[in-house]
Amino acid sequence: MLEASNLECVRGERRLFAGVSFRLEGGEMLYLQGQNGSGKTSLLRMLCGLTPAVSGEIRWRGEAIGKLGEEFRSELCYLGHQNAIKEELTPLENLLSAARMAQESLDEDAALDALDRVGLSGRADLACRYLSQGQKRRAALARLVHEKRALWILDEPYVALDPAAGKFVASLVGAHLQRGGLALLTTHQAVAIPAGTVRELSLGADAAAHRRS
Amino acid sequence: MLRLLRAVISRDLRLAMRRQADIVAAMFFFIIVVSLFPLGVGPEPAQLRRLAPGVLWVAALLASMLSLPRLFADDHRDGTLEQLALAPQPLGLIVLAKVIAHWLVAGLPLVLLAPVLGIQFDLGADALVVLMLSLLLGTPALSGIGAIGAALTLGVRGGGVLLSLLVLPLYIPVLIFGAGAVDATVSGLGPQAHLSLLGALALGGVFFAPWPTAAALRVALE
Repeated sequence: MLEASNLECVRGERRLFAGVSFRLEGGEMLYLQGQNGSGKTSLLRMLCGLTPAVSGEIRWRGEAIGKLGEEFRSELCYLGHQNAIKEELTPLENLLSAARMAQESLDEDAALDALDRVGLSGRADLACRYLSQGQKRRAALARLVHEKRALWILDEPYVALDPAAGKFVASLVGAHLQRGGLALLTTHQAVAIPAGTVRELSLGADAAAHRRS
Repeated sequence: MLRLLRAVISRDLRLAMRRQADIVAAMFFFIIVVSLFPLGVGPEPAQLRRLAPGVLWVAALLASMLSLPRLFADDHRDGTLEQLALAPQPLGLIVLAKVIAHWLVAGLPLVLLAPVLGIQFDLGADALVVLMLSLLLGTPALSGIGAIGAALTLGVRGGGVLLSLLVLPLYIPVLIFGAGAVDATVSGLGPQAHLSLLGALALGGVFFAPWPTAAALRVALE
Protein backbone atom coordinates (compact mmCIF):
# COMPACT_ATOMS: atom_id res chain seq x y z
CA MET A 1 0.00 0.00 0.00
CA LEU A 2 2.76 2.43 0.95
CA GLU A 3 5.79 2.24 -1.26
CA ALA A 4 8.90 4.37 -1.15
CA SER A 5 11.64 4.09 -3.74
CA ASN A 6 15.10 5.62 -3.73
CA LEU A 7 14.32 8.50 -1.39
CA GLU A 8 17.02 11.08 -0.85
CA CYS A 9 17.07 13.80 1.77
CA VAL A 10 19.35 16.83 1.90
CA ARG A 11 19.28 19.19 4.85
CA GLY A 12 21.31 22.36 4.36
CA GLU A 13 24.57 21.19 2.78
CA ARG A 14 24.44 17.68 4.21
CA ARG A 15 22.97 14.65 2.58
CA LEU A 16 21.19 12.73 5.35
CA PHE A 17 20.29 9.61 3.43
CA ALA A 18 19.92 8.37 -0.11
CA GLY A 19 18.52 5.30 -1.76
CA VAL A 20 15.97 4.52 0.95
CA SER A 21 13.34 2.11 -0.37
CA PHE A 22 10.69 0.02 1.34
CA ARG A 23 7.23 -1.40 0.89
CA LEU A 24 4.59 -1.65 3.56
CA GLU A 25 1.32 -3.57 3.29
CA GLY A 26 -1.79 -3.60 5.47
CA GLY A 27 -1.13 -5.03 8.95
CA GLU A 28 2.57 -4.21 8.79
CA MET A 29 4.63 -1.80 10.79
CA LEU A 30 7.92 -0.18 9.93
CA TYR A 31 10.18 0.53 12.82
CA LEU A 32 12.68 3.27 11.89
CA GLN A 33 15.99 3.23 13.66
CA GLY A 34 19.03 5.42 13.53
CA GLN A 35 21.20 7.72 15.57
CA ASN A 36 20.22 11.26 16.45
CA GLY A 37 20.46 13.35 13.31
CA SER A 38 20.29 10.40 10.93
CA GLY A 39 17.13 11.77 9.31
CA LYS A 40 14.33 9.75 10.91
CA THR A 41 12.06 12.73 11.43
CA SER A 42 12.94 14.06 7.97
CA LEU A 43 11.95 10.74 6.44
CA LEU A 44 8.63 10.69 8.30
CA ARG A 45 7.84 14.26 7.27
CA MET A 46 8.69 13.34 3.70
CA LEU A 47 6.28 10.41 3.85
CA CYS A 48 3.54 12.75 5.11
CA GLY A 49 4.16 15.10 2.21
CA LEU A 50 5.32 17.97 4.43
CA THR A 51 8.85 18.00 3.00
CA PRO A 52 9.40 17.27 -0.68
CA ALA A 53 11.93 14.53 -1.46
CA VAL A 54 15.05 15.62 -3.34
CA SER A 55 14.72 12.53 -5.46
CA GLY A 56 12.74 9.32 -5.32
CA GLU A 57 9.05 8.63 -5.15
CA ILE A 58 6.41 7.82 -2.55
CA ARG A 59 3.32 5.92 -3.63
CA TRP A 60 0.12 5.21 -1.75
CA ARG A 61 -2.11 2.49 -3.20
CA GLY A 62 -0.02 2.74 -6.36
CA GLU A 63 -0.25 6.48 -6.92
CA ALA A 64 2.19 9.28 -6.07
CA ILE A 65 1.15 11.03 -2.85
CA GLY A 66 1.67 14.47 -4.38
CA LYS A 67 -0.96 13.63 -6.97
CA LEU A 68 -3.38 12.15 -4.45
CA GLY A 69 -3.13 15.19 -2.16
CA GLU A 70 -6.24 15.40 -0.01
CA GLU A 71 -7.21 11.80 -0.76
CA PHE A 72 -3.94 10.66 0.81
CA ARG A 73 -4.14 13.08 3.71
CA SER A 74 -7.62 11.82 4.62
CA GLU A 75 -6.07 8.40 5.31
CA LEU A 76 -3.06 9.70 7.20
CA CYS A 77 -2.68 10.31 10.90
CA TYR A 78 0.58 12.02 11.84
CA LEU A 79 1.82 12.57 15.34
CA GLY A 80 4.91 14.72 15.32
CA HIS A 81 7.64 15.60 17.74
CA GLN A 82 5.52 18.41 19.07
CA ASN A 83 2.27 17.51 20.71
CA ALA A 84 0.00 19.88 18.77
CA ILE A 85 -1.67 20.61 22.11
CA LYS A 86 -2.86 24.12 22.94
CA GLU A 87 -1.73 25.08 26.43
CA GLU A 88 -4.76 27.30 27.01
CA LEU A 89 -7.28 24.59 26.18
CA THR A 90 -8.21 21.55 28.24
CA PRO A 91 -7.32 18.05 26.99
CA LEU A 92 -10.99 17.52 26.11
CA GLU A 93 -11.18 20.73 24.05
CA ASN A 94 -7.89 19.89 22.37
CA LEU A 95 -9.07 16.43 21.40
CA LEU A 96 -12.45 17.63 20.12
CA SER A 97 -11.05 20.55 18.13
CA ALA A 98 -8.32 18.38 16.60
CA ALA A 99 -10.97 15.87 15.49
CA ARG A 100 -13.19 18.60 14.06
CA MET A 101 -10.34 20.17 12.13
CA ALA A 102 -9.36 16.78 10.74
CA GLN A 103 -13.02 16.33 9.67
CA GLU A 104 -13.57 13.32 11.88
CA SER A 105 -16.70 12.65 13.86
CA LEU A 106 -15.87 12.33 17.53
CA ASP A 107 -18.53 13.00 20.13
CA GLU A 108 -17.86 14.16 23.64
CA ASP A 109 -18.47 10.74 25.23
CA ALA A 110 -15.96 9.08 22.92
CA ALA A 111 -13.44 11.82 23.64
CA LEU A 112 -13.90 11.46 27.39
CA ASP A 113 -13.52 7.70 27.04
CA ALA A 114 -10.27 8.20 25.08
CA LEU A 115 -8.89 10.51 27.78
CA ASP A 116 -9.96 8.00 30.40
CA ARG A 117 -8.05 5.23 28.67
CA VAL A 118 -4.82 7.24 28.35
CA GLY A 119 -5.03 7.88 32.08
CA LEU A 120 -6.22 11.48 32.11
CA SER A 121 -9.54 10.92 33.83
CA GLY A 122 -10.17 13.79 36.19
CA ARG A 123 -7.81 16.01 34.19
CA ALA A 124 -10.12 16.46 31.20
CA ASP A 125 -11.20 19.91 32.38
CA LEU A 126 -7.82 21.24 33.42
CA ALA A 127 -5.96 23.61 31.07
CA CYS A 128 -3.04 21.74 29.47
CA ARG A 129 -0.50 24.24 30.78
CA TYR A 130 -0.96 22.69 34.24
CA LEU A 131 -0.16 19.18 33.00
CA SER A 132 3.23 17.52 33.18
CA GLN A 133 5.23 16.74 30.04
CA GLY A 134 4.15 13.10 30.12
CA GLN A 135 0.52 14.01 30.64
CA LYS A 136 0.68 16.39 27.66
CA ARG A 137 2.04 13.56 25.56
CA ARG A 138 -0.80 11.35 26.78
CA ALA A 139 -3.30 14.05 25.83
CA ALA A 140 -1.77 14.11 22.33
CA LEU A 141 -1.81 10.32 22.06
CA ALA A 142 -5.50 10.20 23.07
CA ARG A 143 -6.18 11.01 19.41
CA LEU A 144 -5.08 7.49 18.51
CA VAL A 145 -7.68 5.73 20.68
CA HIS A 146 -10.56 6.22 18.23
CA GLU A 147 -8.39 6.79 15.17
CA LYS A 148 -9.61 4.78 12.18
CA ARG A 149 -7.40 6.19 9.42
CA ALA A 150 -5.28 3.61 7.66
CA LEU A 151 -1.76 5.02 7.92
CA TRP A 152 -0.28 6.06 11.23
CA ILE A 153 3.01 7.94 11.23
CA LEU A 154 4.29 8.40 14.77
CA ASP A 155 7.46 10.29 15.58
CA GLU A 156 8.89 9.19 18.94
CA PRO A 157 5.52 8.32 20.47
CA TYR A 158 7.05 7.04 23.72
CA VAL A 159 8.98 10.18 24.63
CA ALA A 160 8.15 11.37 28.18
CA LEU A 161 5.81 8.43 28.79
CA ASP A 162 6.10 6.02 31.72
CA PRO A 163 6.41 2.28 30.92
CA ALA A 164 2.71 1.56 31.52
CA ALA A 165 1.64 4.33 29.13
CA GLY A 166 4.22 3.10 26.61
CA LYS A 167 2.69 -0.37 26.73
CA PHE A 168 -0.75 1.10 26.23
CA VAL A 169 0.40 2.96 23.11
CA ALA A 170 2.00 -0.25 21.82
CA SER A 171 -1.32 -2.04 22.34
CA LEU A 172 -3.11 0.70 20.36
CA VAL A 173 -0.64 0.27 17.50
CA GLY A 174 -1.07 -3.53 17.72
CA ALA A 175 -4.86 -3.24 17.50
CA HIS A 176 -4.46 -0.87 14.55
CA LEU A 177 -2.26 -3.39 12.73
CA GLN A 178 -4.77 -6.16 13.44
CA ARG A 179 -7.49 -4.07 11.79
CA GLY A 180 -5.28 -4.06 8.69
CA GLY A 181 -3.76 -0.63 9.22
CA LEU A 182 -0.19 0.49 8.55
CA ALA A 183 2.13 2.17 11.00
CA LEU A 184 5.55 3.79 10.87
CA LEU A 185 7.30 4.80 14.01
CA THR A 186 10.63 5.96 15.30
CA THR A 187 11.74 5.37 18.84
CA HIS A 188 14.83 4.88 20.93
CA GLN A 189 12.92 2.91 23.55
CA ALA A 190 12.03 -0.51 22.18
CA VAL A 191 8.51 -1.49 23.23
CA ALA A 192 7.21 -4.79 21.88
CA ILE A 193 4.19 -4.38 19.61
CA PRO A 194 1.77 -7.21 20.46
CA ALA A 195 0.48 -7.98 16.95
CA GLY A 196 1.21 -7.61 13.27
CA THR A 197 4.40 -7.87 11.25
CA VAL A 198 7.23 -5.59 12.29
CA ARG A 199 9.86 -4.59 9.76
CA GLU A 200 12.93 -2.63 10.60
CA LEU A 201 14.77 0.04 8.68
CA SER A 202 18.03 1.56 9.82
CA LEU A 203 19.07 4.96 8.60
CA GLY A 204 22.66 6.06 8.62
CA ALA A 205 24.76 2.88 8.87
CA ASP A 206 23.17 0.91 6.06
CA ALA A 207 19.83 1.55 4.54
CA ALA A 208 18.85 -2.04 3.81
CA ALA A 209 15.47 -3.07 5.14
CA HIS A 210 15.34 -6.45 6.75
CA ARG A 211 12.46 -8.40 8.14
CA ARG A 212 11.82 -9.58 11.65
CA SER A 213 8.51 -11.15 12.61
CA MET B 1 -16.29 22.90 4.12
CA LEU B 2 -18.40 25.19 6.29
CA ARG B 3 -17.88 22.78 9.17
CA LEU B 4 -14.14 23.17 8.84
CA LEU B 5 -14.40 26.97 8.72
CA ARG B 6 -16.59 26.89 11.82
CA ALA B 7 -14.25 24.51 13.65
CA VAL B 8 -11.16 26.64 13.03
CA ILE B 9 -12.90 29.94 13.78
CA SER B 10 -14.44 28.68 17.02
CA ARG B 11 -11.10 27.25 18.15
CA ASP B 12 -9.25 30.51 17.42
CA LEU B 13 -11.93 32.59 19.15
CA ARG B 14 -11.82 30.33 22.18
CA LEU B 15 -8.04 30.70 22.33
CA ALA B 16 -8.36 34.47 22.03
CA MET B 17 -10.88 34.51 24.89
CA ARG B 18 -8.39 32.62 27.08
CA ARG B 19 -5.77 35.27 26.25
CA GLN B 20 -7.83 38.42 26.55
CA ALA B 21 -4.78 40.48 27.53
CA ASP B 22 -3.69 40.51 23.85
CA ILE B 23 -6.98 41.91 22.60
CA VAL B 24 -7.21 44.48 25.37
CA ALA B 25 -3.63 45.62 24.76
CA ALA B 26 -4.29 46.24 21.06
CA MET B 27 -7.47 48.17 21.88
CA PHE B 28 -5.72 50.35 24.44
CA PHE B 29 -2.93 50.98 21.94
CA PHE B 30 -5.55 52.24 19.49
CA ILE B 31 -7.26 54.41 22.09
CA ILE B 32 -4.04 55.94 23.40
CA VAL B 33 -2.43 56.68 20.02
CA VAL B 34 -5.60 58.37 18.79
CA SER B 35 -6.04 60.34 22.03
CA LEU B 36 -2.45 61.63 21.97
CA PHE B 37 -3.03 63.66 18.80
CA PRO B 38 -5.55 66.19 20.15
CA LEU B 39 -3.24 66.68 23.13
CA GLY B 40 -0.18 67.19 20.95
CA VAL B 41 -1.70 69.26 18.13
CA GLY B 42 -3.89 71.52 20.24
CA PRO B 43 -7.67 71.88 20.58
CA GLU B 44 -8.38 73.83 17.37
CA PRO B 45 -11.59 72.06 16.06
CA ALA B 46 -11.10 72.84 12.37
CA GLN B 47 -7.56 71.48 12.44
CA LEU B 48 -8.60 68.34 14.35
CA ARG B 49 -11.41 67.64 11.89
CA ARG B 50 -8.86 67.74 9.07
CA LEU B 51 -6.47 65.42 10.91
CA ALA B 52 -9.08 62.95 12.14
CA PRO B 53 -9.45 60.55 9.18
CA GLY B 54 -5.72 60.03 8.74
CA VAL B 55 -4.96 59.69 12.46
CA LEU B 56 -7.78 57.23 13.14
CA TRP B 57 -6.92 55.14 10.11
CA VAL B 58 -3.17 55.01 10.76
CA ALA B 59 -3.79 54.05 14.40
CA ALA B 60 -6.28 51.35 13.36
CA LEU B 61 -3.77 50.00 10.86
CA LEU B 62 -1.02 49.74 13.47
CA ALA B 63 -3.35 48.28 16.10
CA SER B 64 -4.58 45.53 13.78
CA MET B 65 -0.95 44.75 12.95
CA LEU B 66 0.03 44.21 16.60
CA SER B 67 -1.46 40.73 16.78
CA LEU B 68 -0.29 39.63 13.32
CA PRO B 69 3.04 38.03 14.34
CA ARG B 70 1.11 35.54 16.49
CA LEU B 71 -1.38 34.65 13.78
CA PHE B 72 0.59 31.54 12.78
CA ALA B 73 3.56 31.58 15.17
CA ASP B 74 1.76 29.87 18.08
CA ASP B 75 0.38 27.12 15.84
CA HIS B 76 3.81 26.72 14.29
CA ARG B 77 5.58 26.36 17.62
CA ASP B 78 3.30 23.74 19.16
CA GLY B 79 2.94 21.63 16.02
CA THR B 80 -0.72 22.46 15.33
CA LEU B 81 0.21 24.02 12.00
CA GLU B 82 1.58 20.67 10.77
CA GLN B 83 -1.72 19.05 11.68
CA LEU B 84 -3.63 21.78 9.85
CA ALA B 85 -1.41 21.37 6.80
CA LEU B 86 -2.15 17.62 6.83
CA ALA B 87 -5.92 18.05 7.19
CA PRO B 88 -7.83 16.57 4.25
CA GLN B 89 -8.94 20.04 3.13
CA PRO B 90 -7.15 22.80 1.19
CA LEU B 91 -4.85 24.75 3.53
CA GLY B 92 -6.17 27.95 1.94
CA LEU B 93 -9.58 27.34 3.50
CA ILE B 94 -8.04 26.95 6.93
CA VAL B 95 -6.12 30.19 6.39
CA LEU B 96 -9.37 31.89 5.36
CA ALA B 97 -10.92 30.76 8.65
CA LYS B 98 -7.95 32.08 10.59
CA VAL B 99 -8.16 35.43 8.74
CA ILE B 100 -11.85 35.70 9.64
CA ALA B 101 -11.07 34.87 13.28
CA HIS B 102 -8.27 37.45 13.30
CA TRP B 103 -10.64 40.08 11.97
CA LEU B 104 -13.27 39.26 14.60
CA VAL B 105 -10.68 39.63 17.35
CA ALA B 106 -8.45 42.44 16.05
CA GLY B 107 -10.56 44.29 13.46
CA LEU B 108 -14.15 44.37 14.67
CA PRO B 109 -13.37 45.98 18.06
CA LEU B 110 -11.61 48.83 16.21
CA VAL B 111 -14.72 49.42 14.11
CA LEU B 112 -16.81 49.65 17.28
CA LEU B 113 -14.36 51.90 19.13
CA ALA B 114 -13.67 54.32 16.28
CA PRO B 115 -16.84 56.46 16.49
CA VAL B 116 -16.30 57.07 20.21
CA LEU B 117 -12.76 58.22 19.53
CA GLY B 118 -13.92 60.26 16.52
CA ILE B 119 -15.88 62.50 18.86
CA GLN B 120 -12.58 63.76 20.27
CA PHE B 121 -11.86 65.17 16.81
CA ASP B 122 -15.20 66.96 16.54
CA LEU B 123 -16.37 64.77 13.65
CA GLY B 124 -20.03 65.12 12.67
CA ALA B 125 -22.53 62.27 12.80
CA ASP B 126 -22.36 61.54 9.08
CA ALA B 127 -18.56 61.48 9.16
CA LEU B 128 -18.63 59.06 12.11
CA VAL B 129 -20.96 56.73 10.24
CA VAL B 130 -18.68 56.79 7.19
CA LEU B 131 -15.65 56.25 9.43
CA MET B 132 -17.27 53.10 10.84
CA LEU B 133 -18.29 51.91 7.39
CA SER B 134 -14.82 52.49 5.97
CA LEU B 135 -13.22 50.57 8.85
CA LEU B 136 -15.81 47.81 8.51
CA LEU B 137 -14.82 47.40 4.85
CA GLY B 138 -11.12 48.08 5.28
CA THR B 139 -10.10 46.03 8.30
CA PRO B 140 -10.90 42.63 6.69
CA ALA B 141 -8.50 43.61 3.89
CA LEU B 142 -5.86 44.41 6.52
CA SER B 143 -6.27 40.95 8.09
CA GLY B 144 -6.07 39.25 4.70
CA ILE B 145 -2.99 41.13 3.48
CA GLY B 146 -1.39 40.80 6.91
CA ALA B 147 -1.76 37.02 6.81
CA ILE B 148 0.53 36.87 3.76
CA GLY B 149 3.21 38.81 5.65
CA ALA B 150 2.76 36.71 8.78
CA ALA B 151 3.21 33.50 6.79
CA LEU B 152 6.26 34.81 4.91
CA THR B 153 8.03 35.85 8.12
CA LEU B 154 7.10 32.68 10.03
CA GLY B 155 10.08 31.26 11.86
CA VAL B 156 12.33 34.19 10.94
CA ARG B 157 14.26 35.67 13.83
CA GLY B 158 13.20 39.27 14.45
CA GLY B 159 10.25 38.57 12.20
CA GLY B 160 8.09 41.24 13.84
CA VAL B 161 10.03 44.16 12.34
CA LEU B 162 10.35 42.45 9.00
CA LEU B 163 6.62 41.82 9.05
CA SER B 164 5.82 45.51 9.45
CA LEU B 165 8.28 46.47 6.70
CA LEU B 166 6.63 43.92 4.44
CA VAL B 167 3.01 44.59 5.25
CA LEU B 168 2.77 48.36 5.84
CA PRO B 169 3.51 49.33 2.21
CA LEU B 170 0.80 46.90 1.10
CA TYR B 171 -1.65 48.61 3.45
CA ILE B 172 -1.23 51.96 1.64
CA PRO B 173 -4.19 51.57 -0.77
CA VAL B 174 -6.49 50.62 2.11
CA LEU B 175 -5.28 53.64 4.07
CA ILE B 176 -5.75 56.04 1.15
CA PHE B 177 -9.29 54.96 0.35
CA GLY B 178 -10.29 54.51 3.99
CA ALA B 179 -9.11 57.92 5.15
CA GLY B 180 -10.24 59.37 1.81
CA ALA B 181 -13.83 58.23 2.40
CA VAL B 182 -14.04 60.10 5.70
CA ASP B 183 -12.25 63.12 4.20
CA ALA B 184 -14.70 63.24 1.32
CA THR B 185 -17.64 63.23 3.75
CA VAL B 186 -16.14 66.01 5.88
CA SER B 187 -15.50 68.18 2.81
CA GLY B 188 -19.00 67.59 1.46
CA LEU B 189 -18.28 65.17 -1.38
CA GLY B 190 -19.89 61.74 -1.28
CA PRO B 191 -17.89 58.77 0.08
CA GLN B 192 -19.45 56.22 -2.32
CA ALA B 193 -16.49 55.93 -4.70
CA HIS B 194 -13.99 55.40 -1.88
CA LEU B 195 -16.21 52.86 -0.14
CA SER B 196 -16.73 50.87 -3.33
CA LEU B 197 -12.98 50.66 -3.86
CA LEU B 198 -12.50 49.64 -0.22
CA GLY B 199 -15.10 46.92 -0.68
CA ALA B 200 -13.21 45.65 -3.70
CA LEU B 201 -9.95 45.64 -1.71
CA ALA B 202 -11.64 43.76 1.13
CA LEU B 203 -13.01 41.09 -1.21
CA GLY B 204 -9.61 40.75 -2.85
CA GLY B 205 -7.79 40.66 0.47
CA VAL B 206 -10.02 38.10 2.12
CA PHE B 207 -10.60 35.70 -0.76
CA PHE B 208 -7.31 35.85 -2.68
CA ALA B 209 -4.79 36.33 0.12
CA PRO B 210 -5.37 32.88 1.75
CA TRP B 211 -3.89 31.04 -1.26
CA PRO B 212 -0.46 32.73 -1.38
CA THR B 213 -0.50 32.54 2.43
CA ALA B 214 -1.06 28.79 2.29
CA ALA B 215 1.81 28.43 -0.19
CA ALA B 216 4.10 30.43 2.11
CA LEU B 217 3.08 28.28 5.09
CA ARG B 218 3.92 25.09 3.20
CA VAL B 219 7.37 26.49 2.48
CA ALA B 220 7.81 27.43 6.15
CA LEU B 221 6.90 23.88 7.19
CA GLU B 222 9.45 22.16 4.96
